[in-house]
Amino acid sequence: MTLEDIKRPENIVYCKPSLLNDNNMHYCPGCSHGVVHKILAETIEEMGLENNTIGIAPVGCAVFAYNYIDIDWIEAAHGRAPAVATAAKRLNPSNLVFTYQGDGDLAAIGTAETIHAANRGENIAIIFINNAIYGMTGGQMAPTTLEGMATSTTPYGRRVDLNGYPLKISDLLAQLEGTCYVTRQAVHTTAAVKKAKQAIRKAFENSMAKRGTSVVEIVSTCNSGWKKSPVKSNEWMVENMLPQYPLGDIKNIVDKQ
Amino acid sequence: MKGNEAIAHAAIRYGVDGYFGYPITPQSEILETLEAEMPWETTGMVVLQAESEISSINMVYGGAATGKAVMTSSSSPGISLMQEGLSYIAAGELPALVVNVMRGGPGLGTIHPSQSDYFQATKGGGHGDYHFIVLAPATVQEMADFVGLGFDLAFKYRTPAMILADGIVGQMMEKVVLPPFRPRRTDEEIALQCPWAVTGHPAKRKPNVMTTLELDSAKMEENNERYQRTYRLIESNEVRFQGYHLDDAEYLMVAFGSMARICLKAIEDARLAGMKIGLIRPITLWPFPYEAIAELSRKVKGMLVVELNAGQMIEDVRIATEGRVPVHHFGRMGGIVPDPGQVLDSFISFFPHSK
Amino acid sequence: MKQEIIIAGFGGQGVLSMGKILAYAGLMDDLEVTWMPSYGPEQRGGTANVTVILSNEPISSPVLDSFDTAVILNQQSLDKFESKVKPGGMLIYDPYGIHHMPQRTDISVHRIDAMEATFDLKSSKAYNMVVLGALLKLRPIVPVESVMAGLKKVLPERHHHLLDLNREAIMRGMDLVKD
Repeated sequence: MTLEDIKRPENIVYCKPSLLNDNNMHYCPGCSHGVVHKILAETIEEMGLENNTIGIAPVGCAVFAYNYIDIDWIEAAHGRAPAVATAAKRLNPSNLVFTYQGDGDLAAIGTAETIHAANRGENIAIIFINNAIYGMTGGQMAPTTLEGMATSTTPYGRRVDLNGYPLKISDLLAQLEGTCYVTRQAVHTTAAVKKAKQAIRKAFENSMAKRGTSVVEIVSTCNSGWKKSPVKSNEWMVENMLPQYPLGDIKNIVDKQ
Repeated sequence: MKGNEAIAHAAIRYGVDGYFGYPITPQSEILETLEAEMPWETTGMVVLQAESEISSINMVYGGAATGKAVMTSSSSPGISLMQEGLSYIAAGELPALVVNVMRGGPGLGTIHPSQSDYFQATKGGGHGDYHFIVLAPATVQEMADFVGLGFDLAFKYRTPAMILADGIVGQMMEKVVLPPFRPRRTDEEIALQCPWAVTGHPAKRKPNVMTTLELDSAKMEENNERYQRTYRLIESNEVRFQGYHLDDAEYLMVAFGSMARICLKAIEDARLAGMKIGLIRPITLWPFPYEAIAELSRKVKGMLVVELNAGQMIEDVRIATEGRVPVHHFGRMGGIVPDPGQVLDSFISFFPHSK
Repeated sequence: MKQEIIIAGFGGQGVLSMGKILAYAGLMDDLEVTWMPSYGPEQRGGTANVTVILSNEPISSPVLDSFDTAVILNQQSLDKFESKVKPGGMLIYDPYGIHHMPQRTDISVHRIDAMEATFDLKSSKAYNMVVLGALLKLRPIVPVESVMAGLKKVLPERHHHLLDLNREAIMRGMDLVKD
């Protein structure tokens, strides 16, 4: 039996989504971005939207998302992805338009754009990677950094009297009438990945059905920024991040109806 | 109609796909007129009041990236907020139209007219080496006409264009002939005209990616060289200016926008007294009519640059004249507009022998 | 023909809209027009003024230092603009609220009791139309029919029932001018 015999279609139980190209990802080993990219690509493919999708890339580690997923992309200025997506969707209403943003992009510099796009109920999906740190610039404090968590700009741990509180932006967005679906997921286990993928699909379906803004927060690891091994990062995330950012749907008006 | 209203009507008629803006005096009539006209019901044009100028300009960036004809408008403080986005739009080589109906600054300044954003507009107000085409209307008719001209040039060169108006031409009313209606471009026409556009339909091509990030310095320098080649091309093709009473001019005034009209009246009055003064009105502030002014500097005895600022365009006039003739400046600031008599008094004080 | 007019008074007297209607009337008569609301320090303190130019020729400056006609509706405006009427020009004023009367003798000065006349009309808002009527009688730059056509264009349709009142006010203003 040769390798070619084994690689016959009927034997294939799993393969890389074809939208995910062969470029070497620049993400650190153990980083959640790679997994989220994969389920994003799978979902777009499964929904048959590979020729009807505009992704908005952020500034942050995921700025190069367009190097890995072969769809049309616009790279936005830091924090401005929801504004860019607003125009892209309104001017091209038959397309799926989603943003892919980190916590600094979405919940610090782009808070206004995020809240107002969601409040207008723009028919976009926001994929929000929350790893509680600025990964790309070298591990500085993010708005979602936990109390007591050490970063390069809070070397002795985040102090709420100095730096304020970890921002639960998804809970805030769920308050807005413009959002139809706000959920918090993770990708640290196979089961979690599966759920996260379902959430992304739901968000994309909402966008295409013009139901309003969907937000999928994915609580993620940044083992480089957290200075932990990938395995330890996952453990630390479960122990420390999830109590602050519990998983599950925060708002889902579509399924309720 | 008011200059601001003329811009709104011209935009609808040109077939603009989207307007994104935030209210600020003295140009809010643009957004107000568009909302009242409801073009989404007729041409399908999208009109959206954004939460800030920062958001507006990034909506313009997003819309332009998809190949659509999109625009925004604001006044000086709002344009300052847009500088980041403008730099991205220039870097992305995106066609778009930005209208600045200038008011006096710095800071919150005044709501009254000014021309103090000349440097910001013509020298690249945001970060990086870039320019965009800057058109300076002097009449309400030009406010209407420059919408189409601005978009035509923006798409021709894949570069943003700006209408740099002052509060006078925004707020004053004059007779205007609006351009005829043209339909918005279809998606097929956009794909043909803008093969780079992020339309979401890569079926028959590689994915289009609109990015302004390039970490490889050699490639980034290539990008910069490409931008500069475009700018040189624009400089050689698109300089626009208007001359008045140049044939026998012994002296010259240089002014743009409304200020040029006030100077023209001053010159008409001066000519009744036998003073031979001519006027150059740059219509494109970038690219600037260096050559025309250089040529005149070999003929006239002196120049007066008149602006509603502390002296900005005068630097370009001095570059053009290379010290051949004295170049003086008369400017008012803070929203004060000089009348023709004050302009003439200033001229005579600088050039007492011109009488 | 070229008429350079300044209309000046308090905000709320309908100065800007009177200028607007005059400009629209000029448009109806195929004239070149500019309408330029006041800018500069004179706008502070509640005064409002507007420069309207009507001409057969293209108009250069919308901002002027002297005027053929000044329509003056308060003391501050009289103080500011009396000296800016061209020699041989015309100054029209409403004495209501004016304490120091115009002094110039090289221009024609017309006193119009427009505020008093407006008290008799049903709407105090018609004040500016009374003034306009007087102006048109003294300076017949545009016919009343063009003014009415201009008004119709400026007024939203829901206010078209006011057209008759406006015509009445204009006529009233014309009557105020003694032959």
